[in-house]
Amino acid sequence: MDSSTEADHGAASSDDAAVAGAPEKASAAGPGPGAESEPGAGPGSGAPPPGLGAARSVPRWRRTLRPYLLIVPALLLTGGILYPFGLGLYYTVFDFAASKPQPDPVGLENYRRIFTDSSFWDSAWVTVLYAVGAAAVETVLGVAVALLLHRSTLVGRVLEKVLILPLMIAPVIAAIIWKLMLQPSVGVVNHLLRPFGLGGVQWTDTPTGALLSSIAVDVWVYTPFVAILALAGLRSLPTSPFEAAAVDGGSWWFTFRKLTMPMLWPYVLVAVIFRFMDSLKVFDIIYALTEGGPGDSTVVLQIRAYLEAIRFQRYSFGLSYMIVLWAVVYLAAMVLVRYLGRIQNRAAEVPK
Amino acid sequence: MTEVRKGRTAKRAASRAVKRRALAIAADGALILYFLFALFPVVWMVILSLKPANELFSTYFSFTPTLDSYRTVLGAGEDEGVPFVRFFVNSLVVSLGAVGLSLVIGLPAAYAAARWRFRGSENLMFTLLSFRFAPELTVIIPLFVLYQQLGLFDTYVGMIWVLQLVTLPLIVWIMRSYFADLSPELEQAALLDGYTRKQAFFRVALPLVKPGIAAVSLLAFIFAWNNFVFPLILTSSEAQTVTVGALSFLGGDRPKYNLTAAAALVSVIPPLLLALTIQRYLVRGLSFGAVKS
Repeated sequence: MDSSTEADHGAASSDDAAVAGAPEKASAAGPGPGAESEPGAGPGSGAPPPGLGAARSVPRWRRTLRPYLLIVPALLLTGGILYPFGLGLYYTVFDFAASKPQPDPVGLENYRRIFTDSSFWDSAWVTVLYAVGAAAVETVLGVAVALLLHRSTLVGRVLEKVLILPLMIAPVIAAIIWKLMLQPSVGVVNHLLRPFGLGGVQWTDTPTGALLSSIAVDVWVYTPFVAILALAGLRSLPTSPFEAAAVDGGSWWFTFRKLTMPMLWPYVLVAVIFRFMDSLKVFDIIYALTEGGPGDSTVVLQIRAYLEAIRFQRYSFGLSYMIVLWAVVYLAAMVLVRYLGRIQNRAAEVPK
Repeated sequence: MTEVRKGRTAKRAASRAVKRRALAIAADGALILYFLFALFPVVWMVILSLKPANELFSTYFSFTPTLDSYRTVLGAGEDEGVPFVRFFVNSLVVSLGAVGLSLVIGLPAAYAAARWRFRGSENLMFTLLSFRFAPELTVIIPLFVLYQQLGLFDTYVGMIWVLQLVTLPLIVWIMRSYFADLSPELEQAALLDGYTRKQAFFRVALPLVKPGIAAVSLLAFIFAWNNFVFPLILTSSEAQTVTVGALSFLGGDRPKYNLTAAAALVSVIPPLLLALTIQRYLVRGLSFGAVKS
């Protein structure tokens, strides 16, 4: 939070269409800053300052409306995206499918079917396993990489330049790359493992292996994401507490547990939230790596919805899966973002 | 007595130095290990893409390199029936189009949200943020039906429209944080100098956030380029992009790993090059403005 945004909040309640500048700033510097400085517009300044002609004065309704006019295009576009979402929600109370282009209303039948269907619960379980597994490994590995890079040794400074690489590769392409590498017979991974007696691992051909392999690809792509945010956090931490700890002879582990982690956590938490929410709706990686197989072992919720709605063209039924997932993601987001807000407030109170 | 004690302290200090040195080496070793994991797949793709088709399954690291795969993928060699160059152009067009549209629509909105507080602005911001986290298929399945009725299926316009889901939230959220960082007093001074509000925006505010605009545009371009699920479902051939196209070499009766590798590499070149130019701005971009560096 920077000062001008906070000022926003302060000024907002009294005058709805004005004003970004804080009141005290406004009095010091004339009409409210971000607000209208067409004469007389700032809150508190009654008359136009002399010397500025009335020619430039803009009618009040236009000033009031200005911010709304600026966001109209964005609102329209947002509406254009919300419309299909609403339409999707509406579809779920019908039995719309390619085989039934004239759908009949079925009430909550689609949802009843989903919740009584074991394949939904299987998918939900796989989704949670994937999301928790991927987010956990990425967090630990990402923070570790960030801590190692933060020492900025020569090796670290060189490697940091290419840290971003996997993150910029499309996840689907990353999955293709790993698919080629994990081929049991001709893939390079098994070739490299052969000297260790592990030549014939069936990476994506067993249920557990397929799930672990998908998580591994996710980890490969997204660990840099956590590492980059954690590193930015580390670099912005105040140095004095660490110097004090060094003088007191605190052990590395003590410093890490009592100083680094508590101060770094708000940064890491942002990364964790992004990663957890994104992996709840994983699609690309699993689509390209396993297509949900073997069997149904890696059919996460978005893959299930894809199979139902696009491949079998049961639009209403497939959408019901998505609405359920959307609700779960939304709830998870609310809880996590609220927690983040609390953590950030607490961090702001730590004296620097 | 003191001599002995001094000797002991020195010895302890020396052993501590040795320990620290060993730890430092171990830490660098761990880093190198991680980067081997991170970089090897890319190196392996390069190797695979340079292999001739007949050595694909018989060799690992020693082979006679050839550029045939690239020739085929780029349409200059054997015809595999995959118009990859067209996919590449499609990716360029829809990603640029999506970023352009998002900038035109998103910059005023971001500015308004940073400078005024008014009913609707927070709602808009949070609706946009929820797009970032919404499972894509929730919107795409209805769009799949809708686009076929409207004739937008497999068109540039349809793709640019749906990619707003990716690019618009990013651009609005991050540019709001850049505009909010800008002291309003600068624009105010301009207004006092006789600028109109519009001029103050275009001549004062906009030039000052130019680096932010450049960085966020590139990042939005990368995300649009890397998107897979939209073109997978909403295009079939005319407007298909590289992310979907790269999969097409894996189909068929014999998997063409060398071509797949070449296609994958060609399709990651634009985002990688762009990413290297905006390293400094990535943190704010990746975290939607939640973390600044």
